[in-house]
Amino acid sequence: MPADGGIGASTRRREDVRFLTGKGQYTDDINIRGQAYVHFLRSDIAHGKINNIDTSDAENMPGVIRIFTSKDFEGVGGVPCGWQVTDRFGQPMQEPKHPVLAEGKVRHVGEPIAAVVAETREQARDAAEAIIVDIEELPAVIDMKAALQDGATKVHDDLTGNLCFDWGFVEENREAVDEAIRNAAHVTTLELTNNRLVANPMEPRVAIGDYDAARDEHTLYTTSQNPHVIRLLMGAFVLGIPENKLRVIAPDVGGGFGTKIFHYQEEAFCTFAAKAVNRPVKWTSSRSEAFMSDAHGRDHVTKIELALDENGKFLAVRTDTYANMGAYLSTFAPSVPTWLHGTLMAGNYTTPLVYVNVKAVFTNTVPVDAYRGAGRPEATFQLERVIDKAARELGIDPIELRRRNFIQPDQYPYATPVALEYDTGNYPATMDKLVEIADIKGFAARKAESESRGKKRGLGIAHYIEACGIAPSNLVGQLGARAGLYESATVRVNPTGGLVVMTGSHSHGQGHETTFPQVVAEMIGIDAGMVEIVHGDTANTPMGMGTYGSRSIAVGGSAIVRATEKIIAKARKIAAHLLEASDEDIELKDGQFTVKGTDKSVAWGDVCLAAYVPHNYPLEDLEPGLEETAFYDPANFVYPAGAYACEVEVDPETGKVEIMSFCAADDFGNIINPMIVEGQVHGGLAQGIGQALLEHCVYDENGQLVSGSYMDYAMPRADDLPSFVTDTSCQTPCTHNPLGVKGCGEAGAIGAPPAVVNAVVDALADMGVTHIDMPLTPARVWSAIQAAK
Amino acid sequence: MISVTMTVNGKPVSGAVEGRTLLVDFLRETAGLTGTHVGCDTSQCGACTIHVNGRAVKSCTMLAAEADGAEIATIEGMANPDGSLGVIQAAFKEHHGLQCGFCTPGMVMSAASLLAENRNPSEAEIREYLEGNICRCTGYHNIVKAIQAAAAQLG
Repeated sequence: MPADGGIGASTRRREDVRFLTGKGQYTDDINIRGQAYVHFLRSDIAHGKINNIDTSDAENMPGVIRIFTSKDFEGVGGVPCGWQVTDRFGQPMQEPKHPVLAEGKVRHVGEPIAAVVAETREQARDAAEAIIVDIEELPAVIDMKAALQDGATKVHDDLTGNLCFDWGFVEENREAVDEAIRNAAHVTTLELTNNRLVANPMEPRVAIGDYDAARDEHTLYTTSQNPHVIRLLMGAFVLGIPENKLRVIAPDVGGGFGTKIFHYQEEAFCTFAAKAVNRPVKWTSSRSEAFMSDAHGRDHVTKIELALDENGKFLAVRTDTYANMGAYLSTFAPSVPTWLHGTLMAGNYTTPLVYVNVKAVFTNTVPVDAYRGAGRPEATFQLERVIDKAARELGIDPIELRRRNFIQPDQYPYATPVALEYDTGNYPATMDKLVEIADIKGFAARKAESESRGKKRGLGIAHYIEACGIAPSNLVGQLGARAGLYESATVRVNPTGGLVVMTGSHSHGQGHETTFPQVVAEMIGIDAGMVEIVHGDTANTPMGMGTYGSRSIAVGGSAIVRATEKIIAKARKIAAHLLEASDEDIELKDGQFTVKGTDKSVAWGDVCLAAYVPHNYPLEDLEPGLEETAFYDPANFVYPAGAYACEVEVDPETGKVEIMSFCAADDFGNIINPMIVEGQVHGGLAQGIGQALLEHCVYDENGQLVSGSYMDYAMPRADDLPSFVTDTSCQTPCTHNPLGVKGCGEAGAIGAPPAVVNAVVDALADMGVTHIDMPLTPARVWSAIQAAK
Repeated sequence: MISVTMTVNGKPVSGAVEGRTLLVDFLRETAGLTGTHVGCDTSQCGACTIHVNGRAVKSCTMLAAEADGAEIATIEGMANPDGSLGVIQAAFKEHHGLQCGFCTPGMVMSAASLLAENRNPSEAEIREYLEGNICRCTGYHNIVKAIQAAAAQLG
């Protein structure tokens, strides 16, 4: 291993130095000479017809440069949706236009109606307050089931109703599943909600548009997880700017968690307005704006049934879900409740029959899209909850019931009834590890101790699997994706042997600048410090798809491996020439090319220099230079899995839940940097526990966003969480990518919510409580205790 | 406009501000110190935490005009004179106490303030002290470890 860290080393992060000294460069830290500021006037009602927008007073306010409304965007496209779902009957989903500025109607609180560009931020805000908007308020559609009733107010007048699509999967199994449930020895049924969440990366979104008239070139600085995707969607579908005239830069980005994947109107606006006013145009979201304009997450209402035989073997799963799309289709919204959700309903288990029905519904709320886990938390939560309920109904230990139904280690590759083929895994092993690290045997004594203090103690287990490393392009293309999901890397070797890796992956906290060099350094046998990572700028990175779906190491890392392999293959030829040997006889070890079985060798740096100073070089056979690009398209998803245990104490007098311990035993395959992987698990667990206990995005019946700030939306704080116990020693390497790696970014957020809820229900089971919907606030827990009495 | 002068990380900074200009905006825009971040608009998140006359303050809760004459310390002033990381900064790096880095300046400033008040805080005391600083990435686990390590080193 290189002295400063190769594969498997917990190398400390090089990016930390700039973040710890205030030298990070986030988008809001960028200021361009001559920039103007934009403030969006946003709808304060959920649904209404715009009769008139009077900007005349506002235009005369100090500092105002120009005010824009939808009239200025005639001929400009709407913000596109990147995934088309086909319904049970073979018809495409209903897909309304999502305008840059509201056209004719407003459809959710926070929708931008007009935009003021002014000399200062304050002047833009002041002028926006002087715009007079005449809106005729219409009834708001908030509840999904009400939205689907006959005669419900339509969110979009030009659609047939509020149903976006009615999806069935696997449709051919529908009757077989119904029959299995009818005939089963035992059926456990559970109705639950997966609460609506706001992703809340700590850095609010920012967009800066810049236009160079002399070159007819546009630049957009934006807080994005995937700048190339933004360039493609905005350039091709909204503004009609070819890629060679449009550069998108996502510099240091302060967290994403999914909500910075999507292309937003504000990005298109700033790009458009910069040309229209011939000034750079900057928008910085306030947190209040973020709550009403960042795409939200989850918001499913589900009924799940699990059929079991007399021995507790799972026979069939049937689930009916209503999935909230909000008022418009955000970039990947339709994929979340369908392909990222339905395909996970087999879980870790040999359940032979699965049927998933999803009705996606338009409502007068902010669009809902992927949030950490995206569909997989929704699947895992309902499955792991209904299994727990079944275990209790049947009097079987919940760990034992899971074990009886696990796919066994000798069954891989394992084809599920819901279209996936798991390449590898070992769920009994992760469960064994959990039993050990969570000291399950000691639980009874801990419970007795808690009860002696008047507290109820519960133990909750969950075992998740997820499909990530998103994703094989040909597969997702069949499923409705309007993009490929490969990743790219260019490896450029400098004349004296240092390397620059230009990756299409994007780091917004994941530590790519540290992890990726560890891989390259290991392959060549040089110090990781010789490798730099460039990302986040479409002008100097190859077309890439960005970071989400736990794909950076599995897909982006694999692209880097492939490009580095090409570099090594060429360097070996150069070395063979220098050593007057044949290519096959050259070995690369510790940065030295050696002729096998001899002491003849040439150093990595000398080979690199020869490539760029090709005086003694096989020019007739080989081009000079040492730079290679690879595009890697995965053969399959990767399938991390893990066993989680949560112990809680509940105060039966107040309903307050305290997490006493949280243990996670994950299988991520091979691990490049264990420190970073553990950090990703911690963060996912915190968000999963936040969903289970604290976080809830609430609309009232009129569509007002009740939880619109950190005073109303409970973010997990340091004293809400325990220290975590994590273990990643169970490793079944992925069989189809060159590093044998799986993704780790979403795991915690997927596995934690059912573990927490199972623990609380376990604590209160003897009082008759069978389910409580998230978040398990003291009020909800207390009410459940009272209702069960 | 109001004329203000304050000492920021040991250097005098002056500027003309509106009455409504927040201290954080003055630091970011007039002083050009963009290490102090704005993560919310309700004084909840703590990303803008700095030291004013030696005490941790959320710089979005103070007007620039109120800080006239004050001694201000920001994240840019936390490194050692030779530019190397200070004890708390180094502990955050060593213990992976940051991911995206956006909340980090505020976390470091709060941690410094905690350790100035309490040289040997317990885990519970650290977690309680950090209530005013939200981190979305780390789950706080490694932030707590980093502060414990820094406390041990500072003795």
